[in-house]
Amino acid sequence: MITVIYAALFVVATLVLVLGLGVKLWSYATTPAPLKIPTTPAPITRPGVVWRLFREFAFFESLFKANKWIWLFGYAFHLALAVVLLRHMRYFIDPVWAVVAIAQPFGVYAGFAMVAALLALWARRVLVARIRYITEPADHLMLALLVAIGVSGLMMKFVARTDIVMVKQFFIGLMQFKLNPLPGDPVLLIHLGLVAALMIVFPYSKLLHGPALLFSPTRNQVDNPREKRHVAKWAEKLPRRQAAK
Amino acid sequence: MANLMGSIPDEADPLEIPALCEGAMAALRSFPAKPEHQTALGFPGELVENWQEKAIEKMGDLLTKYRSLKVYMDACVKCGACTDKCHYFLGTGDPKNMPVARQNLMRKVYRRYFTFTGKHLPWLVGAEDFSKEVLDDWYTYFHQCSQCRRCSVYCPFGIDTAEISMAAREIMDSIGQGQKYSNEIIGKVFKIGNNLGLPPKAMRSTLDDVEEDLKTETGLDIRLPLDEEGADIMLVTPSADLFAEPHIQGLMGYAKVFHQAGVKWTLSSYASEAANFAMFIGSYDNMREVALRIRKAAEDLKVRRLVFGECGHAWRVAYSFLNTLAGPFDFLDQNHPVPQHICEFTHDLMQEGKLRFDKSKNDAYRLTFHDSCNVARASRMDPTPGGQFEIPRAILRATCNHYFDMAPDTIKEATLCCGGGGGLLTDDLMDLRMKGASPRMRAMQEVTREHGVTHLAAICAICKAQFTKVLPAYGYRANGILSVHQMVSNAIVLDGSIQQRELNGEGAAAIETAVAAS
Repeated sequence: MITVIYAALFVVATLVLVLGLGVKLWSYATTPAPLKIPTTPAPITRPGVVWRLFREFAFFESLFKANKWIWLFGYAFHLALAVVLLRHMRYFIDPVWAVVAIAQPFGVYAGFAMVAALLALWARRVLVARIRYITEPADHLMLALLVAIGVSGLMMKFVARTDIVMVKQFFIGLMQFKLNPLPGDPVLLIHLGLVAALMIVFPYSKLLHGPALLFSPTRNQVDNPREKRHVAKWAEKLPRRQAAK
Repeated sequence: MANLMGSIPDEADPLEIPALCEGAMAALRSFPAKPEHQTALGFPGELVENWQEKAIEKMGDLLTKYRSLKVYMDACVKCGACTDKCHYFLGTGDPKNMPVARQNLMRKVYRRYFTFTGKHLPWLVGAEDFSKEVLDDWYTYFHQCSQCRRCSVYCPFGIDTAEISMAAREIMDSIGQGQKYSNEIIGKVFKIGNNLGLPPKAMRSTLDDVEEDLKTETGLDIRLPLDEEGADIMLVTPSADLFAEPHIQGLMGYAKVFHQAGVKWTLSSYASEAANFAMFIGSYDNMREVALRIRKAAEDLKVRRLVFGECGHAWRVAYSFLNTLAGPFDFLDQNHPVPQHICEFTHDLMQEGKLRFDKSKNDAYRLTFHDSCNVARASRMDPTPGGQFEIPRAILRATCNHYFDMAPDTIKEATLCCGGGGGLLTDDLMDLRMKGASPRMRAMQEVTREHGVTHLAAICAICKAQFTKVLPAYGYRANGILSVHQMVSNAIVLDGSIQQRELNGEGAAAIETAVAAS
């Protein structure tokens, strides 16, 4: 019964994540940017823009300029999350890639780093008056969700172990539309339930910020308005008034 | 320190973060537009009956037209990186002047009407109905944003509060809740051709006076032509350059540079305004109408090049939007950028060795440069990114012996707004203007303490007007603000001028001269 419920949950969560994200990103991509508004100094070539976006994604460049503490905790969290995700690849591929195998021991440290960084970000949210002022219940909820995922994951490593071979067979099976049994350990079920919840809220919450960066006109536009005329379709159709010629 | 009225106190760090002071600026509301100001721009005269419905409809419309708005409504994670970046927050402590909080005034309405969670679980994401109270907050705080884009530099997603405040003002205009200052001025441009409402006759008479002054000063017939067909260059400059100090000193500088370059140029009485206040209210339609005047004037006068005078937001619209709004400019000379900034023009001549300066003429000034926000973060000067920082400085260094930059985190892309940009340069917002200028003024006080700086140069009509008001409150004289081309005007040695004869008479060794080349 648990196996069926969780199989259904992950199918739904995956669909929501992929379709929801697809619809959102499509809506960003198809909404015109009628004016050139890169925050300058900005790259004057397309490869320059790719490099600018790469620096934002890889190093959080703007955040680094803004605030070293937020950068440190935010960057640590995202980096740790990346390593943890890489480590978790082993549940979805067989045989396991070398890079995933190498990531295994680091992934455990990354798990701790991830939770620690999240708690640091949370502490700022509560302790820094400016950030407390702009915080909404949803912001706490997201942090709680991520911390709970991290803690439940670490618990399976250090407190209440589960049969990870079975877990792997469950997911590998699911990817081939076959039902293999999932262990019924409560910590595992909590962990997986929260992950599914995260996948479902992703396209409809601020978690969308990563992909949104790709579409941010202040970051993704080439600074060449004098050289290349840039006009949106809706703007072309606007009727002219007095100065028309 | 001849220019200082009092001693400069040992003030705190220019970027010191104030304690939150909720509601500190809630009572300061810019004067609303009168019905005639509204209707002249195609907006309803006063708040329409079903304003809430209309406003939501307009927001929905803008969300399909502006990717910036759409993405920025979703992308914010409330990380707090921007919270201490707005000069109005730094100056007032009002938390609603933190960029993210200002954005949230719109975001909470967006969420309520356009997102699943906001519709069904509003308490979770801070979504709120668009009540009259919220609208009042919009009017107050979206008219406390100078659209300077400092926050957009620091946001990890590049969220630009200027985009959001422009959209908010456009929504408010569309329901009859406009601001007097901006809308009245745009109306004047449509009616007379410039922000100050100077008719052609008044322009000509000012230009005659300037010609006379230049004749007395240099002994040369330096012309300031108006509406002369067939000129090479049409100069589009803020109307303040024909009206106010120190702006007019800058105009003299442009005239001298054009004279020395030997180009035929003209001003236009039809397009007698570089600034385009329609940008402040986010109205693409009105912004294009203003921009099209410049195109029409260029066509009517059969000029070959467009050059813009010193004006910050004007240069944003000119550099970034003019081609979009009124292009293509294929009827102009393609060997030069269209349009070109007067600083680019002057700098090019310097590079070619065509300008000679006597820097000692500016020895009375110990100078720093204020990067105007819209030039710094929303435009460029050729040839490379960052030219907008280097070119004005190169001009100042070539014309002045005593130049000092302010602290690195307050200049260039991190520059602080003067406090009067974005449609806020109005007496009804004076309290905000004085407070918003404090970070910039504290940064200036630092270089006064360290280097004895007495003067501030800028390339923006708004900055110049704003600092004239603000400087006295910080221990400087009102005339401590200068045009960059005022420094050029003071130092330039024109061929055949009195200044040239003086220089030659005294011998080159005695006076520091420079045929500028960097």
